[in-house]
Amino acid sequence: MTKPTSTTTAAARKLWQFHGGLHLPDHKSLSCEQPIQPAVLPKRLVLPLQQHIGAPAKPIVEVGERVRKGQTIAQPDGFVSAALHAPTSGTVVAIEERAVPHPSGLTAPCIVLESDGEDRWVELQPHGNWTTLDASELRNLIREAGIVGLGGAGFPSFIKLNPGARTEIDTLILNAAECEPYITCDDRLMRERADEVIAGARIMRHALHARRVVIGIEDNKPEAHAALRDALARVDRSDIELVQVPTRYPTGGEKQLIKVLTGKEVPSQGLPIDINIVCHNVATAAAVHRAVEHGEPLISRIVTVTGRGVATPRNLEVLIGTPVDDLLRQCGGTTPTLSRLVLGGPLMGITLPHSGLPITKTGNCILALAPGEFGQHGPVRNCIRCGECARACPANLLPQQLYWHARAKDFDKVQDYNLFDCIECGCCAYVCPANLPLVQYYRYAKTAIWAQARDKKKAELARERHDFRTERQEREKAERAAKLAKKKAALEESPAADSEEAKKAAIKAAMERAKAKREAAGVEPKNTDNLTADQQRQIDEAEARRATEKKNESANERE
Amino acid sequence: MFTAILALALLALAFGLLLGYAAVRFKVDSDPIVDKIDAILPQTQCGQCGFAGCHPYAEAIAKGEADINMCPPGGETVVMALADLLGRDAKPVEGGVKEKMVAFIDEQTCIGCTLCLQACPVDAILGAAKQMHTIIEGECTGCELCVEPCPVDCISMIPIKVAPATWTWPYPATSTKPEQAS
Ligand code: SF4
Ligand code: SF4
Ligand code: SF4
Ligand code: SF4
Repeated sequence: MTKPTSTTTAAARKLWQFHGGLHLPDHKSLSCEQPIQPAVLPKRLVLPLQQHIGAPAKPIVEVGERVRKGQTIAQPDGFVSAALHAPTSGTVVAIEERAVPHPSGLTAPCIVLESDGEDRWVELQPHGNWTTLDASELRNLIREAGIVGLGGAGFPSFIKLNPGARTEIDTLILNAAECEPYITCDDRLMRERADEVIAGARIMRHALHARRVVIGIEDNKPEAHAALRDALARVDRSDIELVQVPTRYPTGGEKQLIKVLTGKEVPSQGLPIDINIVCHNVATAAAVHRAVEHGEPLISRIVTVTGRGVATPRNLEVLIGTPVDDLLRQCGGTTPTLSRLVLGGPLMGITLPHSGLPITKTGNCILALAPGEFGQHGPVRNCIRCGECARACPANLLPQQLYWHARAKDFDKVQDYNLFDCIECGCCAYVCPANLPLVQYYRYAKTAIWAQARDKKKAELARERHDFRTERQEREKAERAAKLAKKKAALEESPAADSEEAKKAAIKAAMERAKAKREAAGVEPKNTDNLTADQQRQIDEAEARRATEKKNESANERE
Repeated sequence: MFTAILALALLALAFGLLLGYAAVRFKVDSDPIVDKIDAILPQTQCGQCGFAGCHPYAEAIAKGEADINMCPPGGETVVMALADLLGRDAKPVEGGVKEKMVAFIDEQTCIGCTLCLQACPVDAILGAAKQMHTIIEGECTGCELCVEPCPVDCISMIPIKVAPATWTWPYPATSTKPEQAS
């Protein structure tokens, strides 16, 4: 701390302390003294459709289409999603699966853009007079500009600028802590573009209707602090408070910075908004300013390229989608001793499998580590139950217990110990004398629990469908049986009831018909046309006789 | 005539009861432990456990007639959850754990015979007689029961692609000797 002053808090401002945390060698001087340099325009840019938390963006361009710099090439898909813009002018040459900078090393859908070297902008729509816009118009501009949190996970910023109808925002905290060793992109940004940060802070405050703004900056960045102070003086903002906080890892953690600045605790598994606080990164604020006042979407960011594994560490302003290779080359290339390439800082970053991967909106640092450069690299031993991890944990957890239960895959227990409050800061692993890969266990447990939840949901769906099908089958079977029985019954019914008589009647009728036929044929020979009365009488008499004879005959037969 | 009416009435009653029974039988289960076990099983309904589906296997476990490690689709997770629920020791899954798959119908070859449709325990196949059939991917449990009945062999099982969003961090491989949790 060179100058113990700030524009608004000359008097000692009360600060709080979070539990745990570490004093770490910060290695920031490697890169923080060189001014930001624009990265060389790459030939090809690879833009993953997912560079943020939420649903991947949906492409709205086709292969072969020519695009201008800043043109929207993919739209947000759903509420929690972010738009994507062409970082330079050129031609869309592919929309396909490409390797993305993700710990899985997997591929994901990307838009591949071949630059034409002209870097020609679309027509921009600046809103210099943003004070006339209301909060939702501002949020829309920020949403359309594809702005996501540039400090960490990449949550779409417009959502974090929407407190909802009933929540009043007391404090907007601008996170300028940049606490992780090696990383200096925010430091350089504040030194060189403090005005943009302050302008962004004012827009954000307007969108949130926040009562006050507090900028928290670690005291290992005196130049950046001075630059912000001067910028504040220029716009004469007494409602924006600039506060220096002690350098201690991980002060830049959202919950930790809130604690230090306000003394308030964000509830377990809760969000800052639960205690009427919203926290944004300084680089995000600058991006908001550019989006609103210049109409520029988020197409570039500042990336720290550093570590002893690279020849000339520095900060570069990089177009999203630029391959890491290009950046390393611009910084003099990697040294022959390079042992590990990390995306992010040494504690929270992820190891990159190779340098052909593109920079995304959240890629703040490329760290090329020389062998044994940072942290302990001893053999893994058994936990000696020393409790160092619990002393270091800034989230007030019991890392040792988390470790045992994660290791035993006891996912209920590990959640009982508040696994999901772990911010994966790596403090516990850093101090562990047994060199246990503690954070790996927590990451494993977290993703395994999510996978289980997905499986469970799928199983529930399957059970429902299976039950439904079984029920349907039973019903169909029963219905079929019922139908069959009914048919049978119906078949029997009409003749059925008096079947005996019916049969008899039928037989009788048939016999009668036959008899009549027989009689007509011969037994009753007839020559009876035009009979005289006499003839008729004779016939009748003869018939009567025959009848009696017949009767007697049959009587005799019966006897 | 009267006998006929009586016969019909009795039949109607009998099937009514049967229907009612079916509804009860497949909705509510009287045995809570069976339900608890069933809730853990993956509901793939594949029969690899040797039972006609997950629920029958759950019943068998509850009765003590089957071991807890017979469900390959459930894998280690299910064995551990069952061991936890029933206070038994976890053990390796019988038959090993398989990759998660989803069925795929080659629509050029499908003749629309509906045999697979009848075999699918979760109605994940869409189709009608003489029409091409399709798998509803999100509902297919990967049980493979539709593969065998297809007369023209047009159904294949393809592994579910892991995306960055569904990927899980690997269990750390460390060289320490196993210890007991405190
Ligand atoms: S610091 Fe390491 S050795 Fe010590 S209790 Fe924690 S996990 Fe165990
Ligand atoms: S990684 Fe998690 S458990 Fe370890 S110190 Fe950080 S917050 Fe605590
Ligand atoms: S093996 Fe598992 S998934 Fe398959 S039917 Fe049996 S319990 Fe269900
Ligand atoms: S589609 Fe085939 S593999 Fe998928 S659930 Fe149905 S029967 Fe099983």
